[in-house]
Amino acid sequence: MKPAQFKYHLPSTLDEALELLGTLENAKILAGGQSLLPMMNFRFVMPDHLIDLNMVSELQCIEVNPVSIRIGAMTRQHAIHVSPIVRQFTPLVVEAYDNVSHRQIRNRGTYGGSLCHLDPSSEQPCFTAALDGVIVVASRRGNREIPIAEWAAMYMTPSIETDELMTGVRLAIWPPGHGWCFEEYARRHGDYAIVGVAVLVLLNEARHIKRLSVAICGIDAAPVRLTRAEEELVGHEAGDEAINRICEITKTIENVMEDAHHSADYRRHLMQVLTGRAMRKAFDRAIPGGF
Amino acid sequence: MDSKVISLVVNGQHFEKEVETRHSLGDFLRNDLGLTGTHYGCEHGVCGACTVLVDGCSVRSCLMLAVQSDKTAVTTIEGLANEDGSLSELQLAFRECHSLQCGFCTPGMLTTLTELLRENMNPTEAEVRERINGNLCRCTGYQPIIDAALLAASRLLDKHRAAVTAPRS
Repeated sequence: MKPAQFKYHLPSTLDEALELLGTLENAKILAGGQSLLPMMNFRFVMPDHLIDLNMVSELQCIEVNPVSIRIGAMTRQHAIHVSPIVRQFTPLVVEAYDNVSHRQIRNRGTYGGSLCHLDPSSEQPCFTAALDGVIVVASRRGNREIPIAEWAAMYMTPSIETDELMTGVRLAIWPPGHGWCFEEYARRHGDYAIVGVAVLVLLNEARHIKRLSVAICGIDAAPVRLTRAEEELVGHEAGDEAINRICEITKTIENVMEDAHHSADYRRHLMQVLTGRAMRKAFDRAIPGGF
Repeated sequence: MDSKVISLVVNGQHFEKEVETRHSLGDFLRNDLGLTGTHYGCEHGVCGACTVLVDGCSVRSCLMLAVQSDKTAVTTIEGLANEDGSLSELQLAFRECHSLQCGFCTPGMLTTLTELLRENMNPTEAEVRERINGNLCRCTGYQPIIDAALLAASRLLDKHRAAVTAPRS
């Protein structure tokens, strides 16, 4: 239960970190360490070089502009959870973090680390998908941006090269008065969700849906956006009929994952129940017509 | 073997030590400093027994490398008592409420709840429950631990109120 030997590197700037990552063989990035260190303790992961980003202060930030909020990859989950800026502009993120792990983990764990670990049941890729997140990665060759829809290459693997590291995410800001909700079911509060659902909604004065975003985690390797339902429901009244319709649509999702504890059928059932609850709460919170 | 010299303060005492970079903070505290009050249960961040305070923030000492504690101030269960050696309000309440049996989870419970009481002297029962949801206890059923946290909080609040309303001499 102790990590194998590695050489430890502690860069203090992003350029220094990219230089190390671009030149060292079998190097791994250490962010908050709340998933990587357990895997190293179990020796599932045995890097020759560990590049610790905890001193790269430029990767820890929460900044807002009129259309988006930018969160640095090394920003601690607790810092995001209690940020007044995040609460004001993306309240969905705060509600999602209410369900993310335990305080001791959130004190160390980072947003970027979680997106790169990419657990299929994690809340963080899910709210990122609902908010149309754009992930920025850097290497010595330059920067590139990856929309969250293209982020997962496969199970627990982001589409990122070995010399690239994630520097931050841009999340879209929804207009004031939008409704939001994050609902999940887990065996114990703080555990990864068995299924989790993120909903954002904008209503017009007549309480008809103007814009909708629904993302679900725990059913596939990457969070699933219900794009068909989102388009179909625009113009519908925010009520039971719309909720029933979206629950019908969730039934058509194929290839729901399963494991020894939770069958695909059970996950499908949870998906419907939680989507219904999240939609209802988001409708209630939305201010018709906005501000 | 990759090693590095780190300089840190543990329970008010300064240390400068060479550590192997692959060693966790918990191993360093237990094996190099002899502070065996920090308990190791699962070593992968599930049980919470190894929780310590680093610069006042609760962290799993099995999921932080010792080298990462360079230039920090660490508090372990050995550092929670008052300066004169008497028990803290939280520790006293744990004793009164029978909040431990085997004692294995206790260091993690005390450090975690110490952080809570520093942030919030008037927590609700729900807030206490939420805060210790990352700490496993197999003896008590948790209720006596929650009782102790609420008892300590109410006493700290009374003390605080007495201090701010006392006439100035």
